[in-house]
Parts: sequence; structure tokens; C-alpha cells
Amino acid sequence: MSKTPLQFRHNGRDVAIFVDGGANLLVALRELVGDMTPKFGCGQGGCGTCSVLIDGELHLSCLTLAETVAGHSVETLDGLKQGPNLHPLQRAFADNFAAQCGYCTPGMLMAAKALLDRNPSPSRADVIEAISGNICRCTGYEPIINAILAAAGGRASA
Amino acid sequence: MAVTVKTFASASEAAGAISSDRSARYLGGGTLVMRALNEGDVSISTIVRASDQALSRIDASGPRITLGAGVTFARILGERDLAFLHAPARSIGGPAVRNMGTVGGNLFAPNPYGDFTVALLALDATVALQGGFGARDIAIEEFLQSRERQSGALVLSVSCTRPANAEAFRYRKVARIKPKGGSVITLAAHLPVSGGRIAGARIALGSMAATQIRAKAAERALEGRTLDTANINAAASTAIEGTSPADNALGSAWYRREIVGVHLRRLLSGQE
Repeated sequence: MSKTPLQFRHNGRDVAIFVDGGANLLVALRELVGDMTPKFGCGQGGCGTCSVLIDGELHLSCLTLAETVAGHSVETLDGLKQGPNLHPLQRAFADNFAAQCGYCTPGMLMAAKALLDRNPSPSRADVIEAISGNICRCTGYEPIINAILAAAGGRASA
Repeated sequence: MAVTVKTFASASEAAGAISSDRSARYLGGGTLVMRALNEGDVSISTIVRASDQALSRIDASGPRITLGAGVTFARILGERDLAFLHAPARSIGGPAVRNMGTVGGNLFAPNPYGDFTVALLALDATVALQGGFGARDIAIEEFLQSRERQSGALVLSVSCTRPANAEAFRYRKVARIKPKGGSVITLAAHLPVSGGRIAGARIALGSMAATQIRAKAAERALEGRTLDTANINAAASTAIEGTSPADNALGSAWYRREIVGVHLRRLLSGQE
């Protein structure tokens, strides 16, 4: 089976890879681009840990046919860091103990970024809705919600 | 296993490709087909796509609305003219799934999914299909009854008449996981009123049979009547008729039979 050439923007830089027919974006990112930050969880769209932004919109990379991102911009957790400094969302997650095992954290952070990019002053209900497609089995969600609200500047109300 | 991906400029070419190849599946938002591939479904050897803009068109300006099959739930939530469909659209997945999942794909989503289709069934929607035989429109109830045989056709769009007012259309999804989870039961009711009485009652249920179904006994209990307590109770007591729910991780068939009348009563009474 021949491979298909694929070019897209990955965290602000152009990448060119060859993908198998039917390969999903998560496999392309992890195995071909070398970006290990999006995680494989369920492969069914139920857990959210593979979440990435495609042209600024939250998508599940495990359910995205890799070749559909040709010419588009893909952002992952790896693109959040700002040189040696953590992104404010990453800082807030650390300060609020929003990660325990950490497996959901890449998806949580991308879901949070999608929210704050669109709505810089979310309510608590907005945050809960924004991460409703992301499963965490450790924290009970409260520290994650608090971290996202803290990153938003603590301007939110219940 | 690698599969062949074929992308066409027009929906009719894509329809031709899936009608001539039993192992071909149309890729919409990816939430069904990519999931199947991730699970190792070897029955799929070809993925068919179409870049036809008509598939993502929304016509919501008039009394009858049309949604292209490729319209996502996020786009529906962004349309003020489609406010009556916001509750079913919002009840699906999280934001990522709503950015990906499409109206057309939802018609094929198995239990415990397919919530949007429950709303469309209550609204007596029409499904526009393109197959090797040409294009045709089919009532959504007929489409759902023959869904397994429709895999060789491409859904182009879905259309329905806008409810007269917010009271006329009601939707409720019962899920164990808040705020989002698979459906234990999904209910939708379209209750047009003419001369003070219900005329053309439609009640649809999800997760109460192999596909979304109408609760026809409950519809009959309301037809030509007013929406008072006695008639609501009569409809609720018949909600179970014609259903054949199954056990799954979210609820047993017994549990679904026990609660369907309760939730229909709440839906018709306007209770939260």
C-alpha cells in the first residue's frame, strides 16, 4: 500500500510526512512527527486525552484522518511552552495540583486553551462544559476546574 | 491495516464510489468510521470523502430548514435561527465531538448515541439520499427502519419544518454522567397545536430499540387532545408500547422500561 504525502503546520512550523492510508492524526503526530504530547487513550472519542487544536478548533486526533489536516494548522501541548517558561495554563495546573497521573493533562490543557482563546473570562459552568469531553480518573476534576479559572485570572463566578 | 482514501469534488461522485464498493465507507466527521478503523474493523478497505460545499450548507431562513449532512453540531449551536435544535446538539459529546460530529453521521450512530436523530425523528424530518440509483428523498422513519441497507447510499442533507414555537418541541436526554454521557434514554416530542388541541403529535425515543423509534401509542394518547395532566399520564403509561430496549453498561433493558414513562411524563409536563 503506497503512502500519502502530507504537509501541515505543526505548532507554528511546517512539517512534511508520509502517512499510511487511513492513519489517524494521533499516530501521525506521535510516530512520524515525533510529538509525544497527545496521548492515546480510548481510540473511540470518549476520553479526550488526544485532543489537539486544528485551526484553533478542538478536535480528537485519534478520530481525525491524518490527511484531512493537509494545509491546516495543528497545535498540540508541545506548542504551549514559551521557551523555558510554562504557559500560564501549565503554571496554573501545577500550582493547583491539577495533575496526578497526568495522562489526561495534555487533552485537558488543549480543551482549556480552546476555551480561553474563545472566552477569556469563563464562568465555572463554561469551564465544566469545556472539559466535558475529557476524562480524568484521579483528581475529581475540581483542581482542574480551579486551575483553568485561575489561569483565566480568577475573574469567573459560579 | 492501511485503507485506500478516495476524495471527490462532488457528492454524486462520492455516492457512486460507495454504492459500487461494499467495503467503502463515507467519512464525515470521523467519529464513527475512524473509531471503527481504530478498533481494527477489517470490513472497511476504502474511505470515501467529498469536498462538496453543498454538504456543509445550512438553510435556516424559512419555515422549512435544511441541514447538509456534513454540518457539525458546533455549527448548529452557532446558528441563532436553529435555536430549537440547540438542546439536542448540545447534548452530544464534549466540544471536540461537537466540532467533528455531523448531522449525517448521527443518522448512523448506534445506541447509546444518535441523540440528534431522535430530535429529527420527532420533527418528521426528510432525508435526502444519493445512491447509484440517483437522488431521492425518504422519510426519516423509513430511513431508520432500513438503515442497515442504506450503507451504499450517501446522505446529502436532512430537512424538517421549524416548530411553531419553543413550547411545541421538547427534548430530553437521560445520562448517568454529568454533564455528558451516553444515553440511557433520549426523548423528543413535537406537539403542534391547532385550535387548542394537539394535531400531529410526534414522540421519538432513543436507546429504546435497535434504532430510534416513535412512541406511537403515546402519540395516539395525545392526538386531538390538550396537554393536561390526565392526557400526559395516559401518554406516559403507554410509552413502553412497541419498545425493545437492550442491556448495556449504562442501563438494563428492565431499567429503561421502568423509567421511560417517568421521563416522558416529565418531558410533557415541562419538568426539569
